[in-house]
Amino acid sequence: MLTTGTIIFGVFALVVIASALGMLLSRNAIYAALFLVLNFATVAVLYLILGAPFIALVQITVYAGSIMVLFLFVIMLLGAEKLPAGEPLGHHRWIALLFGLVFLAELALFLVYRAGMRAAVNTPPLEFGSPAAVGMSLFQKYALPFEITGFILVVATVGAILLTRGEGFKGRKRTLEIQSQDK
Amino acid sequence: MIPIEYFVGLSIIMFVSGITGVLLRRNALVVFMSLELMFNAANLLFVTFAAYYQLLAGQLFVFFVMTVAAAEVAVGLALMVEIFKTKKSIDIDQMNSMKG
Amino acid sequence: MDGAMILEWVIKSIFLILVMTGGFAYVTLYERKVLARIQVRIGPNRAGPFGVLQPVADGIKLIFKEELVPAKADKLIFTLAPVLTVIPALIITAVVPWGTEVTLFGRTIKLYLADINIAVLYLMAVTSISIYGIALAGWSSNNKYATLGGLRATAQMISYELALGFAMIVPVMMAGSMSLVDIVESQKPVWFVFVQPLAFLIYFIAALAEINRSPFDMPEAEQELTAGYHTEYSGMKFALFFMAEYIKMIAISMIGSSLFLGGYRGPFVDQLPALGPLYLFIKVAIVLFVIIWIRATLPRIRYDRLMQFGWKVLFPLALLNVFVTGVVLILVGG
Repeated sequence: MLTTGTIIFGVFALVVIASALGMLLSRNAIYAALFLVLNFATVAVLYLILGAPFIALVQITVYAGSIMVLFLFVIMLLGAEKLPAGEPLGHHRWIALLFGLVFLAELALFLVYRAGMRAAVNTPPLEFGSPAAVGMSLFQKYALPFEITGFILVVATVGAILLTRGEGFKGRKRTLEIQSQDK
Repeated sequence: MIPIEYFVGLSIIMFVSGITGVLLRRNALVVFMSLELMFNAANLLFVTFAAYYQLLAGQLFVFFVMTVAAAEVAVGLALMVEIFKTKKSIDIDQMNSMKG
Repeated sequence: MDGAMILEWVIKSIFLILVMTGGFAYVTLYERKVLARIQVRIGPNRAGPFGVLQPVADGIKLIFKEELVPAKADKLIFTLAPVLTVIPALIITAVVPWGTEVTLFGRTIKLYLADINIAVLYLMAVTSISIYGIALAGWSSNNKYATLGGLRATAQMISYELALGFAMIVPVMMAGSMSLVDIVESQKPVWFVFVQPLAFLIYFIAALAEINRSPFDMPEAEQELTAGYHTEYSGMKFALFFMAEYIKMIAISMIGSSLFLGGYRGPFVDQLPALGPLYLFIKVAIVLFVIIWIRATLPRIRYDRLMQFGWKVLFPLALLNVFVTGVVLILVGG
């Protein structure tokens, strides 16, 4: 059953998997970040296939455009891409292997047992997932969670500013102390 | 017209890559990125089932997850810059003491 | 979705790209001519009549320049960065309408490439990914000045993106739609710039900062950073950065015209739809003139002032503007 939809999905799924593995395996943190950007952009295309254009573009704006740029900025700022790549701890590796195997077994089981009864995802009508529809339920049914996320964002902003306040604030305080000592 | 298993399988593969990254990598920034990959695997599932059941709630959940992820990244990266300033390293194996 | 439809889309896309790249060439000439006039010079006038062949000569010169790649540079990303800078600049105007529709060869052709109901969000998404090219160019050159320029550009673009987004939300609220076609059509009675002058001002300033145009061209401040993020680039790779910068200028003029200055709307455009692109062209030319005029007049502002201005003046103002607009819209609209 190789329909056009399946082929398109297959191509993008391959890109998603390849970029996820690329992020996992690349030694250079900048390359890891770029692979992740590719991954996010491709997942956004999958969202478009699934009838979620608003979420797809928010994904590109927020994940690819803000979060990963911030990552890239911090990597470049710290020069963290040149850090030595040491050997991971032994027991970590075994746990990782275990988790990986468990999940892969789950995937295999899932594909084998459910193979008989495939449910297809149809691309929903155009109105579904349009900004108007998303906005309506966001501000009516989910108004409280929306306000809470707004609050979380404010708290995070304040937290980030406090954490990176740096010398400027302390420096000003120190000069004030010096001035008061002079008197 | 794409079988839903394909999306679920893809999501599982992404999630496993994320877990492996968290456990194997020592660069704290890459660990952080692997976390984002796991978020994304969950988001893909939400959107898939939103389309499957024709319910918008799944997409809205993704919206909330993205917002919280953005907040988390802002604080997390600020913390990482501070850790780097004191320790001159962001190797997670060296973050083993409470004070500086 | 028949074959003729796809052919129409392909032709329109190619036409758009040709217009943008051709526009880039002539905006460089336009800028040099205007700058020269402001500084009481004549400007380029040797190649062709009135210097109209100057962009061609520049292009040929750049093609024959040697391409240098620094030995310690990250080759792959160094090559990729100019491409990543040009592509967002080229695709961002895909959602901007040029007019309503004209009949050509017996077919009704809509004068826009894509009328999607998330057009403004698309603009935001493309703006936000256009940072990558510059940041990566700075980093991959393995040059301290270039890296500093890239870091500055990243910080500046992230900061001003917020104010830009809030300024772009205002027309969306006024029109009640994210589609640029709807936004332009709802400016039929009065242009939004007369109702929302503050939003237009914020959009204009933030957009100038977003494309690193003077007086916000800190990332390439030659006195302190030699040439910023493209210090190590030469030949066609440098030309690509140059191209991206000028195409972005055209793009922000087109988007600003559509959001605030009535886009393709003007007198008699309903009777004669072919006037639409002409009006848009005139508006874009005027906005471009203002951008060049600002470059010729204002000195570059200091980097810390730039960040302070963005976060402490522009961003709160934009937020307040959105808030007041919302309240007024509810009070008026009921």
